[in-house]
Amino acid sequence: MIRFLAGRLAFAALILFALSTFVFVLFFIAPGDPARLVAGDKATETQLIQIRANLGLDRPIHEQYLAFLGRAAQGDLGYSYRNQQPVLTLIANRLPATISLVIGGVILWLSVGIPIGIMSARNAGGWRDRLGQGFILVGLSFPTFVLGMVSLYVFYFLPRQAGFTLFPAGGFKPFWPNPAIWAWHMALPWATVALTTAAVYARLTRGQMLEVMSEDYIRTARAKGVPEHKVVYKHGLRATLTPLVTQLGADIAFLLGGAIVIEQVYGLQGVGALAIQAVNNQDRPVIIGVVLLGGFFIVISNIIVDIIYSLLDPRVR
Amino acid sequence: MPVLEARALTVSIPTEDGIIHAVQNVSFAIEAGEVFGVAGESGSGKSVMMQAILGLLPNAEISGEVLFEGQDLLKLPPRTLRQMRGARIGMIFQDPLSSLHPYYTIGSQITEAIAVHEKVSPAAARSRAIEMLAKVGIANASERFDSFPHQFSGGMRQRVMIAMALILNPALIIADEPTTALDVTVQAQIVDLLGKMRDEFGTTVVMITHDLGLLASIADRIMVMYAGNRMEYGPAAPIFAAPAHPYTAGLLRSSPAHYAAGAEVIAIPGRPPSLLHKPAGCVFAPRCANALASCQTEHPPIRRFSDGVQTLCWLEAGPAAPAVRQIDDTGRGSHETAPVVLDVRDVELSFPTGGLFGRAGKFQVLKDINLSVRRGETLGLVGESGCGKSTLARVIAGLIAPSSGTVLLDGIEMSSLDPAGWRETRKHVQLVFQDPFGSLNPRRRVGAIIGDPFRIHGVAAGAERKRRVQELMELVGLNPEHYNRFPSEFSGGQRQRIGIARALALNPGLIIFDEPVSALDVSIQAQILNLMRDLQQRLGLTYLFISHDLAVVRQVCDRIAVMDKGQIVELAAAEDIYTRPQHAYTRTLLAASVVPPKPQDSSDRQLVETTQWVAA
Repeated sequence: MIRFLAGRLAFAALILFALSTFVFVLFFIAPGDPARLVAGDKATETQLIQIRANLGLDRPIHEQYLAFLGRAAQGDLGYSYRNQQPVLTLIANRLPATISLVIGGVILWLSVGIPIGIMSARNAGGWRDRLGQGFILVGLSFPTFVLGMVSLYVFYFLPRQAGFTLFPAGGFKPFWPNPAIWAWHMALPWATVALTTAAVYARLTRGQMLEVMSEDYIRTARAKGVPEHKVVYKHGLRATLTPLVTQLGADIAFLLGGAIVIEQVYGLQGVGALAIQAVNNQDRPVIIGVVLLGGFFIVISNIIVDIIYSLLDPRVR
Repeated sequence: MPVLEARALTVSIPTEDGIIHAVQNVSFAIEAGEVFGVAGESGSGKSVMMQAILGLLPNAEISGEVLFEGQDLLKLPPRTLRQMRGARIGMIFQDPLSSLHPYYTIGSQITEAIAVHEKVSPAAARSRAIEMLAKVGIANASERFDSFPHQFSGGMRQRVMIAMALILNPALIIADEPTTALDVTVQAQIVDLLGKMRDEFGTTVVMITHDLGLLASIADRIMVMYAGNRMEYGPAAPIFAAPAHPYTAGLLRSSPAHYAAGAEVIAIPGRPPSLLHKPAGCVFAPRCANALASCQTEHPPIRRFSDGVQTLCWLEAGPAAPAVRQIDDTGRGSHETAPVVLDVRDVELSFPTGGLFGRAGKFQVLKDINLSVRRGETLGLVGESGCGKSTLARVIAGLIAPSSGTVLLDGIEMSSLDPAGWRETRKHVQLVFQDPFGSLNPRRRVGAIIGDPFRIHGVAAGAERKRRVQELMELVGLNPEHYNRFPSEFSGGQRQRIGIARALALNPGLIIFDEPVSALDVSIQAQILNLMRDLQQRLGLTYLFISHDLAVVRQVCDRIAVMDKGQIVELAAAEDIYTRPQHAYTRTLLAASVVPPKPQDSSDRQLVETTQWVAA
């Protein structure tokens, strides 16, 4: 297990290294003068030369790259061209909003999607199944931003016109000191991110459960006299949910890397919003930082999923 | 009083295609302490019947009466029936790997059976489970309690299933094909264990199986089913000695174990009927050698004989003995002068184990394999699962390169060829696979499947290809008019004919049959074996025949190689393997195979009573 972990971590480091190289090269090729972005439009040529020297932009690319790698290895991802703040600090400031969104969203979409999937599978072909399938279809086909706009209109704008505030329009409030305010502000983003994804999980659960319930070991459980609810929720669910772990790991990692649309719609100052700003400003160090963060989450979540999987499925232990 | 008694039991299963009449008006009584055999081919309704009466088929529509311990199971509320399952009636299924939950330890799966029926402490349940595991022959039961199913071998898993079925000491155990998925040597152990447990606990055992040899060795009374009907029913001994129903007689005769030099296996012609339609007459009439005119139009009555045997048949005496087709067997074993088609020399195959971070090792699959096959000869390759026989076939076909050694095909070494030469040589080796369902692409028409070799190797196209494909279909006994049908429209035996036709297309020098009949019912097996022999004699083909079943191999092979753990332990003429086995492993294999008794043609039974069969 330790050897396995060491191997996976080494591989993860390799992936991140490759990713950083790719992004670095990409920005070197891309047009645009970072010095002018830092200095602003009114800067003189002397100032620009001075800035290029400060940022090391006048040196050959391989030297710039080695310097970048050296600093990155020490945890220094450089400074934003825009406001000279350390990239790590910028990202760290944005993580609470993103993590809040992900945690609530995951809990919500699992607790909606999985029960719907189970209900559908247990009544395959019946009206409950059709209801569940309808939910899946709607959830999958609704674009996130439309859903966000609609829920803002219904849950914020209309009540405001009627003279009261049902939900805030957006913005992020920290968890501490008042979790209730935090949750109140996150409710609409959570619901929006959860609905689409819940449909995905409902569909996965339904398909998986249908397959599992026709397995021979389910028949064995029934032949033993195990009550039907236990056949479904113990024998069936256990085998149904294990494969979902893989999907969940990928989804969480993806969202942590930045839920761009949702953060934009609800004005959440998360990693996704940071990425948008950085791209608009050609803020090279910040973009590299956000990309590396996304890669980091994906790689780490893969390792965690593998570990959890080996705990859940005795056959791969 | 019988333990289980069914009266006029009828099971129908509604499906998209229509109603499947799975069981029709079947009555039987199972006496306490006996082994009751339910025999039949796939689709005969034997498993469906037992699962339906236990409430395991929620969609099934059941009528009739099924009395168990004085209660009608069909009238019990689901909750009471559930309490009956496991506690009073235990079940054992065919495939012990898929029938055990992969995510739970075997111990917890057994104690769960206790916990749903009794109030016990976990510790007490555990010690009871361990005790039972020890009784069914699991060594170190207390340590193996926490093992998962995949950590056991097939035979051990089936022992676990038996322990689970016995743990609450049920009055009745229903074993549904309990040995079918196991190796021959393990099969015998499991049957012994079931017999031992019956003696120890006094449990009544229902054995559902397609294997009449198995039933002949342990059953007290049997019931033979065909297409949902009870064809024959009564004490095992007189039935096996002289079946009163033509179907039972046909089944027993078609067993490849009845080997007689110079005689063809007597197959039952045709194929089982669709269960969607109820014929006016006897379901078996279209395939019956003894059919009378009335069999086609009127439903047969139930005949009861003096020795307790009952049949569903118009015949008042037993079936007439069929004519045995003699075959020219003189050429058998005399291929010494024929040219060598396949020459395998010192072949070894090993896979590296461990990887980048693991300790590197070697897993030896094939060791020191030497064999040769001459033109017109059939070499049998026999061994249990995992012995490497199928891997060897793939090496010979050039699909896997050996680690060392050479495979010479018509004197050409496969591994020395460039890709073009390899492709050319591949024409001369063709494979026929075990699973006639999985090895044909379901979305392609039969004509296209059989014509593939012509297309791939650019031999024939257009009308020419169609003509040659239809010739092949004719050759293997398929109707050439079915050229445009899909594989799903054919039965298992017909699909295997499609596979054989495809293999024959390019007139190959060597055909490798990898378990060609083991997925087929006995009556169909004989048809395919006879076809293989017929084709060989007409076309002078050379076969490499791989099988786990010595009886099947004996029917068609000149010489037999017995494989164990990647090695050939014995290679000799077919008859010598049977009459003078040299290696201990060959003797074990021979001893483990159960042979159904050969039916006598006459019996002194008298007709006692005839009753009308009344449709439900």
